[in-house]
Amino acid sequence: MNKEEVVSDTIPIKPMRPKDYESGVHPVWCAGCGNYGVLSGVYRALAELNIDPTNLVNVSGIGCSSRLPYFLKAYKMHTLHGRAGPVATGVQLARPDLDVLVSGGDGDGFSIGGGHMPHLARTNVNLTYVLMDNHIYGLTKGQSSPTSRRDMKAYTTPYGGIEEPMRPLLYMLTYGATYVAQAYSGNAKMCAELIKGGLEHKGFAYIHILSPCITFNKVDTADYFKGIIKDIPEKHDISDLHKAMHLIYKFKDKEPVGLLYKSHRPTLDVIMADLVRQAGGSKHYDIRKIIDQARP
Amino acid sequence: MPRNNLIIRIAGDGGEGIISTGDFIAAACARSGLEVYTFKTFPAEVRGGYAMYQVRTGSEALHNPGNTFDIFCALNSEAYEINRERLLPGTAVVYDDSFSPEIPEGVHAYPIPMTVTSKQLGLKKAKNMVALGALSHLFGIPAKALKMVLADTFASKGEDVVQANLAAFEKGAEHAEELSKTDDWRLPEGSEVKDVIMLSGNEAIGLGALIAGLGFYSAYPITPASEIAKYLAVNLPKMGGTLIQAEDEIASISQVVGASFAGKKAMTATSGPGLSLMSEMLGFAFMSETPVVVVNVQRGGPSTGLPTKHEQSDLFAAVYGSHGDAARIVLSVENVADCVSMSVDALNLAETYACPVILLSESSLAFSSQTIAAPDPDSIEVVERKRWDGEGEYQRYAMTEDFISPMADPGTPCALHIATGLEHDEVGTPNYAATNHEAMNAKRFDKLKALPDAYRPVEIDGKAKEQADVGIIAWGSTIGVVREAIAHLKADGVHVKGFYPKLIWPMQVAQFEAFAKTCKTVLVVEVNHQGQLAQLIRAQTAIKPVSHAVCSGLPFTPKQIGTKVRELL
Repeated sequence: MNKEEVVSDTIPIKPMRPKDYESGVHPVWCAGCGNYGVLSGVYRALAELNIDPTNLVNVSGIGCSSRLPYFLKAYKMHTLHGRAGPVATGVQLARPDLDVLVSGGDGDGFSIGGGHMPHLARTNVNLTYVLMDNHIYGLTKGQSSPTSRRDMKAYTTPYGGIEEPMRPLLYMLTYGATYVAQAYSGNAKMCAELIKGGLEHKGFAYIHILSPCITFNKVDTADYFKGIIKDIPEKHDISDLHKAMHLIYKFKDKEPVGLLYKSHRPTLDVIMADLVRQAGGSKHYDIRKIIDQARP
Repeated sequence: MPRNNLIIRIAGDGGEGIISTGDFIAAACARSGLEVYTFKTFPAEVRGGYAMYQVRTGSEALHNPGNTFDIFCALNSEAYEINRERLLPGTAVVYDDSFSPEIPEGVHAYPIPMTVTSKQLGLKKAKNMVALGALSHLFGIPAKALKMVLADTFASKGEDVVQANLAAFEKGAEHAEELSKTDDWRLPEGSEVKDVIMLSGNEAIGLGALIAGLGFYSAYPITPASEIAKYLAVNLPKMGGTLIQAEDEIASISQVVGASFAGKKAMTATSGPGLSLMSEMLGFAFMSETPVVVVNVQRGGPSTGLPTKHEQSDLFAAVYGSHGDAARIVLSVENVADCVSMSVDALNLAETYACPVILLSESSLAFSSQTIAAPDPDSIEVVERKRWDGEGEYQRYAMTEDFISPMADPGTPCALHIATGLEHDEVGTPNYAATNHEAMNAKRFDKLKALPDAYRPVEIDGKAKEQADVGIIAWGSTIGVVREAIAHLKADGVHVKGFYPKLIWPMQVAQFEAFAKTCKTVLVVEVNHQGQLAQLIRAQTAIKPVSHAVCSGLPFTPKQIGTKVRELL
């Protein structure tokens, strides 16, 4: 980062505009990086919801896209590779009144952090996860990622890739995410709309954004992504898990963009709060009662 | 042979109620005003298998499980055989008469029809109750208190169950009465009933954390630390706190870091393998100056090691286990009383110094129940982190006089900031300049410099200025063993003293060196292979200690320490 981050000293004046969420730090991403579109979508979504930056926590791991917090006006954590999900879970459970946004990439989320993804989804943590997928590791200069196409020649696959790419959308649907959407970074408006929906959603919202790396990924370029995306039909029933999965298979080589699935079940923090209520819990509980349990 | 304490060992199959029988004796003794220190081993198998429970009880303070047992109760022949070599002349053995063991010379034998009596009463699982009745009669375990404990324990199962168990207990006592007592073992009288509680080391750590204001706990199952989560799962929600079982140890420490950033006092507990997994996030907590507490209940290592055995071998991992120049505060507990008071210390220090604190416990303490004075929560100091006062412009990593930068919870107006693992300046902006890196590294380390003097002084066993031939330095539960060894050695006229650090890192170097100056030889005793504390002492101080490191999977006995000291005279 070459410019100093300007820390907010203002109480938000409503209504907020997208540029009110700019931290003042100029993004370090390459010119033409897909992540600019995502960042713009994040600003717009926050503005449309008039979210107070003071009550917003943005958590990231490591990678190009994990730099996003530096460019956003909010409380932020730039943590470890792969660990943004559980760190954000801790924030959300400790302070359910906050808006929690995770931003990261495909390697961060599905390779090193892949063990956490099922648990974010199944426990329905009330947070919004924006994953920028460029099908490659950019920060380390171009190794294949879990979403790289199989035959891609890359840093460590000079003869072509040997591993099948994973299917993030099917994965998140299978593990129980309650909001699953996909967008293309070139369409900042759609990014904004889907991120906004995710922030409004009570539960684990997963927004997968195809976001080309113009520097290292010479095959999955902006033109490639533009060519494979296809709008989810308006008549698609977003409440039906089977139809959401079926649509992905039906689209074959095309990538569906739009809202794929949305459902409701209690979030982890709400279940926890119920548990505390059932236990008769409060900050004013007399600890002597607990000490007395240990009398012989 | 009058003694102020007795050691009773009960052994049998896990399914024969060994653990509950031991718990009953411990509770009855505690209710009768006796001190209690228990030691147990669980079956390695998931179901069944050998189980052992040892109760040391007496009228004066107890510091360790003791040398060996005085009274042995075997519920089956396998348990008898496992312990046969340890039956010294004078030991009293109570056993089920369904088998006829070869009794070593000088050992007092009391066959009791445990299986037969249990069957006669039509009870499936009352062998242990018959044994309990016999033990009570033979050795003076207070029958009234025992019956009350039994009645309380079985009350929820109905009056029939209570009466059936009491009947088995009485039958056991009657059978014992028919035998003539040939030994002299008898429990001392309890003093007046004190204001005590009895709990295991793991439970005590949970209780201490609650007293200190724990708000968030996340952990992953691991022996021997899981019981902390079990205790907190019951009690943390009562205090309005949140507990979660994470998908792995990396997730649990990550959640703890997130919760602490959000303003809650947060903790996790694990054992060696989990501590290894947490080391990267501990580095982040240090770098981002986030208060977190990790309880590490040590077991035998390395790797999967000896998961149910005792060892003090995670000291290096606790002190040094992270990449880069990263530090943490390391505390180590001696006994169950420390488990309460020092888990309070751990949370207080994390909040004060805004850094990771590792509290080292040991598997032998994890499951050891001990009587301790009931804590008075009003007299325990609880510390809150330094929070921003709203004056001036907020800088998350501001250089201050004590190098501790005020924190601001999310939601605080005008204090937006980033917690980052990248090297950063006072604002939090990434900055890799040499001068900045030097300055920030120094800040993070300098804030801990005050701690060795601020923490309570190291306890010296003996007169501080008196010269000794051997000065013993011990840590963790080994301290309790050394206390007893020193008492015996002194009684024999040996000039020996002890030094018992509880703050392991940063080291209280001046106090170590002052102690060493009063000793001809400094001996460091610990249960590991490398002599880890001895090595830290060599690296950090001018002391050249003799290291006595043994890793047998068991705690030292006072006798073993005594023997080593005599070798050095």
